Amino acid sequence: MLKHRLIPCLLLRNGGLVKTLKFSDPKYVGDPINAIRIFNDKEVDELMVLDITASKEKKEPNYALIEQFASECFMPLSYGGGIRTMEQAQRLFNSGIEKICLQTSVLNDLSLVKNLSEKWGSSSILVSIDVKRNWLGHPKLYSAATGKILDKKWTDFMLEAVKAGAGEIVLNAVDKDGTMKGMDTELISEAAKILSVPLVAVGGAGSLTDIKAAVDAGANAVSAGAFFVFQGPHRAVLITYPKYQELIQLLK
Amino acid sequence: MIYIVNYGLGNLNSISNIIKKIGGESKIIDDVNDVKNAEKLILPGIGAFDHGMKFLNEKGWIAALNEAVLERKVPVLGICLGMQLMCKGSEEGVLPGLGWFDAEVKRFRIPADSSFKIPHMGWNALQVKKENKLIEIKEEEQRFYFVHSYHVVCNNSQDVLATAVHDYEFTASISHENMYATQFHPEKSHRFGMELLKHFIAI
Repeated sequence: MLKHRLIPCLLLRNGGLVKTLKFSDPKYVGDPINAIRIFNDKEVDELMVLDITASKEKKEPNYALIEQFASECFMPLSYGGGIRTMEQAQRLFNSGIEKICLQTSVLNDLSLVKNLSEKWGSSSILVSIDVKRNWLGHPKLYSAATGKILDKKWTDFMLEAVKAGAGEIVLNAVDKDGTMKGMDTELISEAAKILSVPLVAVGGAGSLTDIKAAVDAGANAVSAGAFFVFQGPHRAVLITYPKYQELIQLLK
Repeated sequence: MIYIVNYGLGNLNSISNIIKKIGGESKIIDDVNDVKNAEKLILPGIGAFDHGMKFLNEKGWIAALNEAVLERKVPVLGICLGMQLMCKGSEEGVLPGLGWFDAEVKRFRIPADSSFKIPHMGWNALQVKKENKLIEIKEEEQRFYFVHSYHVVCNNSQDVLATAVHDYEFTASISHENMYATQFHPEKSHRFGMELLKHFIAI
């Protein structure tokens, strides 16, 4: 039995699917509904959809599109992007989303995490944490919406989020995003050591070996974008997902 | 036609979507009076135990559901929180449950330094414990998606339909006469869930 989840992470930008490199330079990779259908056929463990402009541009989640995603997904689906209120969360859960992922709206105030987890249970509430290394190589809490490094220690924020009710932490290594050159195992291991809830590691997976390294470092699940949508040195768009038996062998 | 009870808490569309996909019919019901006409019920649910029971208490659902399930013996499937609500009570809350199963709901007791985390979130394989109409006993691994921090503990071991292991063996599915329940989410478990729901439709 496979104990670790492998989660394709799809980035939405104005209704299209994109893939970024170190959180910038979004490249269009296709129609999201089509991608979701393919991932569904491949029996992926879970899917995560993040709208990367909703918070930045203070837009509402695209409910109609999300509802369409959910109707195509016979596996768990989480959504993040632009969620600021209980009402928005209610609409998203009604659309058929299992989990919602919070970041921008809770960086300064975790009360939304608390309120949401009290109502829907902490298993439905993810907090995503972006960590960027500064010029000295020290990991720092980063705000994707403003593009700024924050003063608060990332580990403190992570533990506060869990205390507030986050049922899972999505840890994103900004410097590794889209590079497909390996994950930040040091960061993953530091988080896994102090977390009581599941850890989803994101950023840098380019091969099955990278995924195994993240799991060995303590990740309960690995999420990736480029790894599932790009093929070959020229990053040609082709959606793939490893076979179940292949993953069993890899992670046993 | 399967009636899906709407608590206002959840991902009900995902259940009706998968039923439609496998050729069944379902209806999400908001009105307690609809329970009278139900031939088959699904009690879904995500969220906290007391929120679920409070909803059932306030709107008169308990009497209507008791009549359908305990008297008319309508087949019912509880999913996730729905399964837990069918028990006597839960460590998660203070309100009594529906009490259809002689069982309690307890929090996972896993040491903080364990590699097993709470919530138990992800896919897990089942060990089917008895002949039943919901899940076949077979060699092939049958895996389902779980998201929960609490699990059911049956006082009557005959009620245990299947177990799974998360640090230790826990009850993943229960059944008694016309009542069935799963801690996992068949509606989010690809072909494994489709097969289970097909069996429920056929009951």
